[in-house]
Amino acid sequence: MSRRAQFKFRLYVAGDTQNSANAVANLTALCRARLPDRYNIEIVNVFREPQRALAEGIFITPTLVKVLPSPTRRIVGTLSQMEPVLHTLGLNSVST
Amino acid sequence: MSNPNKAPTGIAGFDEITGGGLPRGRTTLLVGGPGSGKTILALQFLVHGVRECNEPGIFVAFEETSKRIVANARGFGWDLAKLQKKKLFFLNAQPMPDLVQSGNFDLGGMLAALEAQVKAMKARRIVLDALDIILSLLPDATAKRREIYRLHEWLLAHNLTGLITAKAGGDEMASFNEHSFSFMQFMVDCAVILNHLVVLGISQRNLRVQKYRGTSFDENEAAFLIGQHGIEVPISRALRRVDAKATKERVSSGVERLDTMLGGGYYRAATVLITGFSGTAKTTLSGAFAEAACKRGERTLFVSFDSDAAEMIRNLASVGIRLDRYVKNGCLRMVSARSITGSAESYLVRIKMLATEHAARCVAIDPISTWSKSGSDLSAQSVAERLIDWSKAEGVTLVCTRLLDEMSSQPDGSPLQISTIADTWIHLNYLMQAGERNRGLSIIKSRGTAHSNQVRELILSDGGVTLADTYTAGGEVLMGTLRWEKESAERLAHEGTEVAGKLKRVRLDAEEAELQVRVKSLQVELEAKQVEKALLAHTKESRKGELTRDRTRMGKLRGADAAIPEHIGRTP
Repeated sequence: MSRRAQFKFRLYVAGDTQNSANAVANLTALCRARLPDRYNIEIVNVFREPQRALAEGIFITPTLVKVLPSPTRRIVGTLSQMEPVLHTLGLNSVST
Repeated sequence: MSNPNKAPTGIAGFDEITGGGLPRGRTTLLVGGPGSGKTILALQFLVHGVRECNEPGIFVAFEETSKRIVANARGFGWDLAKLQKKKLFFLNAQPMPDLVQSGNFDLGGMLAALEAQVKAMKARRIVLDALDIILSLLPDATAKRREIYRLHEWLLAHNLTGLITAKAGGDEMASFNEHSFSFMQFMVDCAVILNHLVVLGISQRNLRVQKYRGTSFDENEAAFLIGQHGIEVPISRALRRVDAKATKERVSSGVERLDTMLGGGYYRAATVLITGFSGTAKTTLSGAFAEAACKRGERTLFVSFDSDAAEMIRNLASVGIRLDRYVKNGCLRMVSARSITGSAESYLVRIKMLATEHAARCVAIDPISTWSKSGSDLSAQSVAERLIDWSKAEGVTLVCTRLLDEMSSQPDGSPLQISTIADTWIHLNYLMQAGERNRGLSIIKSRGTAHSNQVRELILSDGGVTLADTYTAGGEVLMGTLRWEKESAERLAHEGTEVAGKLKRVRLDAEEAELQVRVKSLQVELEAKQVEKALLAHTKESRKGELTRDRTRMGKLRGADAAIPEHIGRTP
């Protein structure tokens, strides 16, 4: 049942800058491919909600925070390199 | 010193080098190796802004946590917790150790967060400490350059006075590569380099302003140290140097005869150098100077590198220099610097600080030669020069002693060649003669003063310090017992002539008396002769009468025979 766990992501982006747009696209594509129907993405625009970034200690954008399932994990960047992303999210086993 | 285009750092020397502080509304890059003092300087800049300039500040900590920084700052007497409430904000931006990277990223998030904070507290100053840490996460030079550019633009757009610190130079070029470093140097308006060297086991810190757009600045390396109140940069010379007001006022050296030799004493605000071997009474002369200053009511600082204050007071009291009462009434401050270890630079800063605290007009340093032992000769000399510059600018009369190496006969053989810049140079020496060592004092130079060229004998006694005239005999100066002998001989000779004079007078008196007596006796004789003569004349007269009478009588007798028998009977 744990394989069926719901994933909750929070993606901090800096408006619609290139890196941020890429990150949104890469994350969405990944979720659709690997976690169909069991993911939730919240996108936080730090330009609009700087206090949240401050409170969370987000200084690099884009930053992906895996809120659920625990433990919390952070990945910075456009998520263009899949290998470290899958490894960090614990999704390697899912594919095999 | 309040230039509207400059944001003062509160580090006096640094503000002077830069002509007022960091460029306001611009970005400054502060680079240096690990432990070179970057964080302290940056923090000091913020604290000064908050405390003195009403400029709230933000500290972005990429390396150390704000907690540690606050704790460290307490060591310098900066109560950041109090300032933190409104005016000082710490942002912990250390990258998580388990941070996972995938693809490109940028610092947009940080700038957004900072932007909110800047607006909320109306921040005017911002420090980005150890930017190299965050830049090292970026994959390539292009990305680094882009982020630096973004940050710089952001700072300018918000009219913030920014200070970016980064590790560079020194041995470690590890995290901050040459490329982005030079790009940053090119972009910023001001670049400052901190250096930390160890020379012969003595730590030496230097800073240098490498560039400063649109302003003149002191381009030389300036030494600094991390003191009790943060970074201290000794006042730089080039900008501070005011032509010292040359004064004709004299201050006593504390030795009357020496004052006479110097034509009235040392000049006020002059630098006096006393050189000599160990035990030639250098300390005593400085003590005499200090006592004289205190007697005039001038606040005085006495720094001894040789002995404790209590020892000094006791030792000087033995030659009639009583300093204890002046220490008691607060006029004199005695400082034993034996305990201070550090570079010549740190001595200078401490001495200047003490002198300023004490508002000293006269300063004695005994001996200054200690400095050349600590650190490089070059820095010791520059420190000595700056000490002299400083004392002149402040109008402080400075007496320093320098111990000469017993081995070197050259009076100025040591590397600390302050004798060239000192105004008055007094040299003390031993003269070995007739199995004695005597102290000789000579004035080698004294600018602007006619001074005696004689070597004098310096005599220490419980009554004080005196200088005696020396005798030269056969081209050699006589001192000690020989001088005493010579003096006694002269005294005897003098007495001799006096006695001889008296004797002669007595003899003459006697002769005169004798002559007078003779005159008298001759007179008496003369009278006697005259009497005799008169008598003689008288006798002759009477005999003539008698003869006549006799003849008459004989005739008479021949006339009458009867008278013959009577005549026969009368003459046998």
